[in-house]
Amino acid sequence: MEYGFTTAAYVVAAVLIIQSLGGLSGQESAKRAVWYGIVGMALAIAATLIGPGAGNWFLSLIMIAVGGAIGYVVAQRVQMTEMPQLVAAMHSLVGLAAVFIGFNTHIELASIAGMDETARAALTGFAAKVAEKTAVEVAILRVETFLGVFIGAVTFTGSVIAFGKLAGKVDGKAKKLPGGHVLNAGAAIISLVLLFVYLQSGSTLALLVMTLAALFIGYHLIMGIGGADMPVVVSMLNSYSGWAAAAIGFSLSNDLLIVVGALVGSSGAILSYIMCKAMNRSFISVILGGFGGTTGPAMEVTGEQIAIDAEGVAAALNDADSIIIIPGYGMAVAQAQQSVSELTRKLRAKGKNVRFAIHPVAGRLPGHMNVLLAEAKVPYDIVLEMDEINEDFPETDVAIVIGSNDIVNPAAQEDPNSPIAGMPVLECWKAKQVFVSKRGQGTGYSGIENPLFFKENTRMFYGDAKKSIDALLPMID
Amino acid sequence: MQGFEIFLRGDKWRKVEHPGAAPAAKNGGESVKIGAPREIFEGENRVAMTPDSVVALAKLGHTSVIEAGAGAKAGFSDDAYRAAGAEVLPSAKAVFDAADVVVKVRGPEAAEAALLKRGQTLISFFWPAQNEALLKQVADQGATVVAMDMVPRISRAQKMDALSSMANIAGYRAVIEAGNNFGRFFTGQVTAAGKIPPAKVLIVGAGVAGLAAIGTSVSLGAITYAFDVRPEVAEQIESMGAEFVFLEFEQAQDGAATGGYAAPSSPEFREKQLAKFRELAPEMDIVITTALIPGRPAPKLWTEDMVKMMKRGSVIIDLAAERGGNCDLTVPDQKIVTENGVTIVGYTDFPSRMAAQASTLYATNIRHMLTDLTPKKDGVIHHNMEDDVIRGATVAHEGAVTYPPPPPKIAAIAAAKPKEKPKELTPEEKRAQELAAFKKQTRDQVAMLVAGGALILLAGLYTPASFMSHFIVFVLSVYVGVQVIWNVSHSLHTPLMAITNAISSIIILGALMQIGSGNWLVVILAALSVFMAGINIFGGFLVTRRMLAMFQKS
Repeated sequence: MEYGFTTAAYVVAAVLIIQSLGGLSGQESAKRAVWYGIVGMALAIAATLIGPGAGNWFLSLIMIAVGGAIGYVVAQRVQMTEMPQLVAAMHSLVGLAAVFIGFNTHIELASIAGMDETARAALTGFAAKVAEKTAVEVAILRVETFLGVFIGAVTFTGSVIAFGKLAGKVDGKAKKLPGGHVLNAGAAIISLVLLFVYLQSGSTLALLVMTLAALFIGYHLIMGIGGADMPVVVSMLNSYSGWAAAAIGFSLSNDLLIVVGALVGSSGAILSYIMCKAMNRSFISVILGGFGGTTGPAMEVTGEQIAIDAEGVAAALNDADSIIIIPGYGMAVAQAQQSVSELTRKLRAKGKNVRFAIHPVAGRLPGHMNVLLAEAKVPYDIVLEMDEINEDFPETDVAIVIGSNDIVNPAAQEDPNSPIAGMPVLECWKAKQVFVSKRGQGTGYSGIENPLFFKENTRMFYGDAKKSIDALLPMID
Repeated sequence: MQGFEIFLRGDKWRKVEHPGAAPAAKNGGESVKIGAPREIFEGENRVAMTPDSVVALAKLGHTSVIEAGAGAKAGFSDDAYRAAGAEVLPSAKAVFDAADVVVKVRGPEAAEAALLKRGQTLISFFWPAQNEALLKQVADQGATVVAMDMVPRISRAQKMDALSSMANIAGYRAVIEAGNNFGRFFTGQVTAAGKIPPAKVLIVGAGVAGLAAIGTSVSLGAITYAFDVRPEVAEQIESMGAEFVFLEFEQAQDGAATGGYAAPSSPEFREKQLAKFRELAPEMDIVITTALIPGRPAPKLWTEDMVKMMKRGSVIIDLAAERGGNCDLTVPDQKIVTENGVTIVGYTDFPSRMAAQASTLYATNIRHMLTDLTPKKDGVIHHNMEDDVIRGATVAHEGAVTYPPPPPKIAAIAAAKPKEKPKELTPEEKRAQELAAFKKQTRDQVAMLVAGGALILLAGLYTPASFMSHFIVFVLSVYVGVQVIWNVSHSLHTPLMAITNAISSIIILGALMQIGSGNWLVVILAALSVFMAGINIFGGFLVTRRMLAMFQKS
């Protein structure tokens, strides 16, 4: 009876969670969708607490309350520009939890293996379920547990490193230990061998060594990926955390865990795929780190970068009828979104057509720019995707590039030898005039020279993005 | 007479083989004198040289002479020319005698032509197709003639395209002239004294003059409509703020074939066009016609019955008056008022009516031409007949008539790419194609399903039923996830990550199931997991809510 009720609650929770993901297809329905998710989750927890196998309510509730309080505070305090770090940090928690739960399963399994029939019969909860399993089922359980721990461990260290890189605590450049991918492959092979060892013996040592190897893979894999690829990395880790949950679900025979884990896993996988496509790179090449090999010397960039001051930009903006703003990670770093929004408001008040062009990989998280602009109260109907707006550049008077680089690099189209050749880019150079707000003359994350900065209709507006835009504001009349 | 043929480009690409002309150098060493006589054509106010252009010419190494009083009607005094460094000579004859290059607006009158000498260059409008006898005479005299109306229509030559600069003025002036004869405002207003409807303006022919008229009319606040037989100019019309009068007709003209100019249209097309105009006529307050076809009389587009349909007080400006006019009732060079009170203006000298502006632009065009003729900027004219622009504009050189020029090496306007026509497929072919695509899709899907199914069946052989029941759930969930996530809007990817992050802490269920264990180590690890998942659940959902609340419509 009780068990039936729990399953029914799980079904409802699963439907609610699917609804909550489906609702994200539109801005308005998304506001409703998040409530479906919350209710679904609450239902799932409640059903589990009253369902079979649960015990120690008191401890559970305290832990949820304490964790929840911390989560609440973090969610309230976090800056929108810090979203990538936050998401990465949270993934690491899921990964670690998966490792712990996997170990628990292993411990239970080991203790049951040593019990006799009477002791087994006396068991309650999860342990009882494990005890009922046949030999084949135990073998499968071991594989599932092993996989759950492996994915969880990779997710954990990977997310920690991604967090460090995004928060600027770890150097953003791609770094590898000597040996490179051979080390990763070696660790993976060791893990595979240990899987068979564990399958045969159920040895705790094998599980522990594998965990260490997986932790190393997570660390080394993400260390080798540069900052520009972070959107892919974060969505990939998102996917992993889902697969880890699904694997744990298998080992605990919990369907809801499997359902939700699979949803999250496929969601992350699709996001990674979308990001990779936006960069015209294969998933493998992103994961293996660095940019793909070039086939020849890059095209010579001729000309010079011509600087312009705020007066010049303001004059051009006052004259322009249509303006497209292309924000990038630089805007997030400088916290310039409020200033950009204010600029947009002023220009729109003058009847100018101001729009935003968002490249799929702008920023460090899929959709990062949309969130920042939304935070600054830029209406979402003037924030357009690359495919929607790319054709409009030739009719645009002024394009303003704020802190983005590779996503507006014409070399992607013009230079077949460029490392980013073939990557779809925002064709802002087709606008009548382009202003690039940039801190200095350096190259972008990919370290590629950007011919846009040398074009005749491009003017460089050097300086911190926020200060630059703030300087413009009083001059827009 | 070569008066106001500013929209027209004579039939200049006539394909005639021409004997190759050798480049000629002139005047080795000493500085070249550029001379501008006074225009003697009745009513012509423009002048081919302005004080500004004198200064600019000096930079090319040329000295300038000008006839006394030449710039008076355009508002440039002799003193201004002197101040700019030009020498003011008393008579036209003195100018023709002194100058190596004579610059003029109108083509030479017989008296002026007689003054040209061997080796002298004349730069002016000339209309060689209409003035063959004059051209022959000038060529026989040994003078070189550069006709400003023959400058090829290529990007490089735009700076010396006097026809365009004059047409621009005509278009502007046409609207001003219309306003002058129209008794009401252009813009609509609601005032304390009553509501004023905006004027409705129709512009026929969207060439340079037409587009200039559109711009002026729109900026004065009138509701502006424009028509052109070339559908490709619709975009230009709309970019100027007017509404393109769309004509449903299949065989649209490709303007590129005729150097960007209109070609005569078929009778069916004409009928359709006239029907459209009849429909518009009663509504229009002002009609400005600019339609010209190169080498032909102006097409009659605004018939008498249309004029009769128009409201009293309406105005028609016929910019094609010189070529007989687009309107049946146009009288060239005159303004008439019809019986039903419609004013029809047939002036042919709009640029001359804005002589100061027109002279400034024309003098600049002339200066650009001289810049090309003085490649080294050293005051030496090098008449390079290999140069497309110079060759195209030169109609007489070294005693020979060099008109018409050979076709230019560069096409004036890139030919419109032939549109791909997927429609050409016959229904059978289309069906065959669809069938093939469908078959391929079916094959791929079946192959995938068979392979996937076989794998799962294989797994089923070796695994117990309890695993398979979970596995079904897993596969279906992945399937659902893929379907759902594809629909997520791009701008919501960050909230999606936050929310999937929150729900991935569903892993808390696992911890909750283990926390009741008797093993203290399990309890500790499970409690830690619950704690971490708890952070995630609350943090993830709250942050998602925060983000979504920020998305708002404008």
